[in-house]
Amino acid sequence: MPMNEENKEFRPLIVAFCCNWCSYAGADLAGSSRLSYPADVKIIRVPCSGRVNPMFILRAFERGADGVIICGCHPGDCHYSTGNYYARRRMALLFSMLEYMGIENGRTRVEWCSAAEGAKFSKTMNEFCEKVKSLGQNVRLGDLRCKN
Amino acid sequence: MTQLEKNIEAIKEMSGSDPYKCMRCGKCTASCPAYSEMDIKPHQFASYIIRGDFEELIESKAAWKCLSCFACIERCPRDVQPGKLVDATRQIVARSRGGDYLQPEEVPGLLAEDLPQQLLVSAFRRYRR
Amino acid sequence: MQKIGVFVCHCGTNIAATVDVKKVVELVRYEPGVVFADDYMYMCSEAGQEKIIEAIKEYGLTGLVICSCSPRMHEKTFRACAEKAGLNPYMVEVANIREQCSWIHKDKEEATKKAVILARAAIAKVNLNAPLKEGESPVTKRALVIGGGIAGIQTALDIADAGYEVDIVEKEPSIGGRMSQFDKTFPTLDCASCILTPKMVEVNQHPNITLYTYSEVEKVSGYVGNFDVDIRKKARSIIFDKCTGCGECMTKCPLGKIGNIPSEFDRGLKNRPAIYMPFAQAVPAVPVIDRENCTYFKTGKCGVCSKLCPSKAIDYEQQDEIVTVKYGAIVVATGFDIINLDKFGEYAYNESPDVITSIELERLMNAAGPTGGHLERMSDHKQPKDIVFIQCVGSRCDSEEKGKPYCSKVCCMYTAKHAMLIKDHWPDTNITVFYIDVRTPGKNFDEFYRRAVEQYHVNYIKGQVGKVKPQPDGSLLVQAADLLDGKQINMKADMVVLAAAIEPNPGVRKIATMLTASIDNNNFLTEAHAKLRPVESPTAGIFLSGMAQGPKDIPETVSQAGAAAVKVIGLLAKDSLKTNPCTAQCDTLLCNGCSTCANVCPYGAITYDDVQVMDHGLRETRRVAQVNNALCQGCGACTSACPSGAMDLQGFSNRQITTEVDAICR
Repeated sequence: MPMNEENKEFRPLIVAFCCNWCSYAGADLAGSSRLSYPADVKIIRVPCSGRVNPMFILRAFERGADGVIICGCHPGDCHYSTGNYYARRRMALLFSMLEYMGIENGRTRVEWCSAAEGAKFSKTMNEFCEKVKSLGQNVRLGDLRCKN
Repeated sequence: MTQLEKNIEAIKEMSGSDPYKCMRCGKCTASCPAYSEMDIKPHQFASYIIRGDFEELIESKAAWKCLSCFACIERCPRDVQPGKLVDATRQIVARSRGGDYLQPEEVPGLLAEDLPQQLLVSAFRRYRR
Repeated sequence: MQKIGVFVCHCGTNIAATVDVKKVVELVRYEPGVVFADDYMYMCSEAGQEKIIEAIKEYGLTGLVICSCSPRMHEKTFRACAEKAGLNPYMVEVANIREQCSWIHKDKEEATKKAVILARAAIAKVNLNAPLKEGESPVTKRALVIGGGIAGIQTALDIADAGYEVDIVEKEPSIGGRMSQFDKTFPTLDCASCILTPKMVEVNQHPNITLYTYSEVEKVSGYVGNFDVDIRKKARSIIFDKCTGCGECMTKCPLGKIGNIPSEFDRGLKNRPAIYMPFAQAVPAVPVIDRENCTYFKTGKCGVCSKLCPSKAIDYEQQDEIVTVKYGAIVVATGFDIINLDKFGEYAYNESPDVITSIELERLMNAAGPTGGHLERMSDHKQPKDIVFIQCVGSRCDSEEKGKPYCSKVCCMYTAKHAMLIKDHWPDTNITVFYIDVRTPGKNFDEFYRRAVEQYHVNYIKGQVGKVKPQPDGSLLVQAADLLDGKQINMKADMVVLAAAIEPNPGVRKIATMLTASIDNNNFLTEAHAKLRPVESPTAGIFLSGMAQGPKDIPETVSQAGAAAVKVIGLLAKDSLKTNPCTAQCDTLLCNGCSTCANVCPYGAITYDDVQVMDHGLRETRRVAQVNNALCQGCGACTSACPSGAMDLQGFSNRQITTEVDAICR
C-alpha cells in the first residue's frame, strides 16, 4: 500500500484469513467487546483454515499486501476435525519458502484463536501490525503491472 | 494520564502487581503475622494506593512494620500481592526524599544470631535508596 | 454481468457513529456490477427488508451485498429476505462493517475507508456467486443425552414425553448425578432424593427412554440429523436380566468388612465393598463389580458373591460391549464436580479429617449417609459445637494454577442452607460464615439468607480465613479477618467446612473434542450465542444442558434442560433437514484421479468412480473424484489439497477468494 500523501506514516496492508467457526467468531467477540486493533487489518472469511490455498497468500503479496495472517481453531478443536492440521503443515512449508524468496518471516503468521478468545485476537492483530510496520513496505513479489 | 495514574503505573511496574484487582476479601489481613502492629490493614493497602493516599500510607506504622514475610502474597486469590505494593510505595516515597538510612557498614553491628535472612533483605529494601 | 444491489446499514449509531455510511454508498455505487446502492437505519428490521425486496423487484437484482453486522448474526435473515423476493438466497453476501470495523476503530476516516474496502471485496465476490440449491438430508428421530444427572434426566423426560426416542449414557453405575448426593435443596429445603428419585424411576420406566449406565461415549461421527455414536457398555459383571437387586452379594462381600475401598458416592467418608450399588435408590438397582479392587479379579480367589447369588446373576467373564447407534441430536449434560483442594494447604484439608468440603457435609447430614445423619467430627465422632464455613475457596481466583476465575454461583446459597439446617437440628451449635460477598440472585434467595442471620443467628463475618491450624487437643484454630469491625480473629472451631469452587466434569474435554463442540478455557461448553442461544452449541445438532454450560443451581438447570429438550424436539420434528449447498465440486476434465482429496476429507465424502468424460471432442472413461453432497460439510480441505485445481468449493471458490484478495489489495 503506497504511503499517504504527506509521507508521514507507513500504514501496512494486512490480509487476515479467518476460519468461520473459531477465529472469525473470536474477531466478532473482539468487536463486541470493543477491543480495538488497527484498521490496517482486513479479514476474509473462509470455512476452515485448511481452505487457505497458498495461491491466495502469494496473490496477496503480489497485489501489495505487506503482511498475511491465517487464523484458525486450536489444534484438536477444528470444526471439521482435521482442517487446521493440514493448514499448520501447509503454512509451515509455505512460509519457509516465502522467506527464501525474500518475504521476511515477520510478514506471515499463523495464529490459533478460539471463539471465546476475543482479547487474544485483538492482541495478536496489534502485535502483528506492529511487526509488519517495523518491516516496512513489502516490495518483493510486487507485480509491477498492478501499481496504480 | 494524570499524576495519580502515573504514580499507580509506577507502583504497578515496581511491584509487578495491579492494585485494581483487589476484591477486598481480607485473606491477606487474615494471614498477616504482624497484624496487631498495623494501623492500616493489609487489605486496605490497595484502596489507599488507588485513591492516591501514598503519603498517608507511608506515614502509617503499617508500611514499616511489614515483615515482608510474603504470607499475604502467597494467599491472595487475586494476585494483588499487598506486601509488594507496600514495598513499592515505600520505594517511591523514599526515592523522592533521597538519602540512605542503612549503610552496609552498619549491618555487622546490627546482626544477631537468630536474625532471618529475609529481614536483612527487606531492611535493605526499606532503608536504602 | 450481475446486477448487484448494495445496502449499507446504519445499525442506529452502532455503525453510523464511526463509519460515514453515506460516503460508503457513494463510493461503491460505481463498482463493477453495482446497479443500485442505498443506506438505511436498520436493514434487519421489517422496513429494511421491505426495501431490499422492493429493490430486487424494481431493479431486477441478481446479487445482493449487505454491509452490516457480522454474517454470523444476520446472513440467514438476509438470505431469507432475498428468497422472499424471488432471488436465490446464495446470491447474497454480507460485509462485516460492525464487529470488524465500526466497533473497533475510533478514527472515522480510517473506519470509512476500511468499510469501503470490505464492501468492495463483498461486491467482487458476489459477481462470481452462483445460485446454489440446498440439498436435503434425513433426520434420525432419536436423541442422545450424555450424562444422567438432573439436567440429563429432565431433558430426556421432556423429549420422551413429546414422543421421541431418547438414550441416556451415564458413566457412573447409576443415574442421579450430584443431586443424588445432596441432602436438602435451597430455597425450599426439600429433600433432594425425594424430588429426584421419582424422576429417576420415571426415566427407567418410560417406554421411549433407554438407559445406558456404567457406559461411556467412545466415538462420534456424522453430522446433525445423522450422528453415528459408539457407546461402550462397561462390564458390570452382572447379568442384568437375572439380577433382582436383593443385595445379598453386597452384604456378604468380604471387602465390605475389611473396609479399604472408599465410597465415591459418600466422598470417601465411608467404605464400600467391591461389589456395590452406589446408593440404595440407585437406578438401575443392579450392582456392579469394581474390577480394580475385587479380590477375584486381582488374585483369582474369593468368588463369594457368585456362590451366594440366589439368581446366579454374577458373570465374571462379562466383557465390555460396544454398540453403535444412530442419533439425530445430541445433548451434553455432563455436570460438575468440585476442584481439587491440594493447592489450598492453608486450610489443612489434607491434614485434618475435621476440615471437610460442602459436599462431604451433605453426605454427613443425609440420613442415608455415612453417619446416618448425625453430624459428627470425622476424627473423634463427637458432635461439633463450633463450626466455621469458609466461602469462595478457589472461586473468583485469578491464579490459574490455584483456582477458577469465575464465581461458582451456588455456594452462598448452600452455605446458608447448611447453616440453617444445622441450627435447626442442633440449636446450641455456634456457626460462623466467613464471606467476601453474599450472592443471592434468585427468587426468594435473599430472604432465605436473611433467615439464617435473623432467625437462626448464624454469624456472618465479612472477611476471609488466613489459616486453619489443627491443635494438639484435636480442635482447629481458625485465624481470620473481620473487615467491617477491623479485627483479626483467632477462634476455635470443631469443624471447618470449605465451599470449594465447582468445575465441569473432567471428562468433558474428551467429549467436546469428539463432538467438535466448542469449549472455553474453564472447560465449560460454549453456547452459540451467550444471550440468545444459551442451550445450543455452535456445532449444529449439539445442545447443552446444566452445569456443563456454566455454574447454575437446580431451578436453572431444570429450566435449561427443558429449553434444550425443546430445541431437540424442534430438530427431530423435521422429516428432513436442509443441507449446506456450499459443498465441494470436482471438474472431471481436470481431475487426474490422484486420490489426494479423498485422503484429506474428514467425512469420507469423496469417492472415485469411472465416469464418462467428454474432453475436446473425445469421449473417454476416466477415474475421477465424486463428491457426496449429503456428506460434504464444505470445509474445503480437498480444494486446497487438489494438485490439479480440479476440486473447487462452491460458495468459497478459488476465484471468489482470489477476487476478494484483489479487492482488498487494490
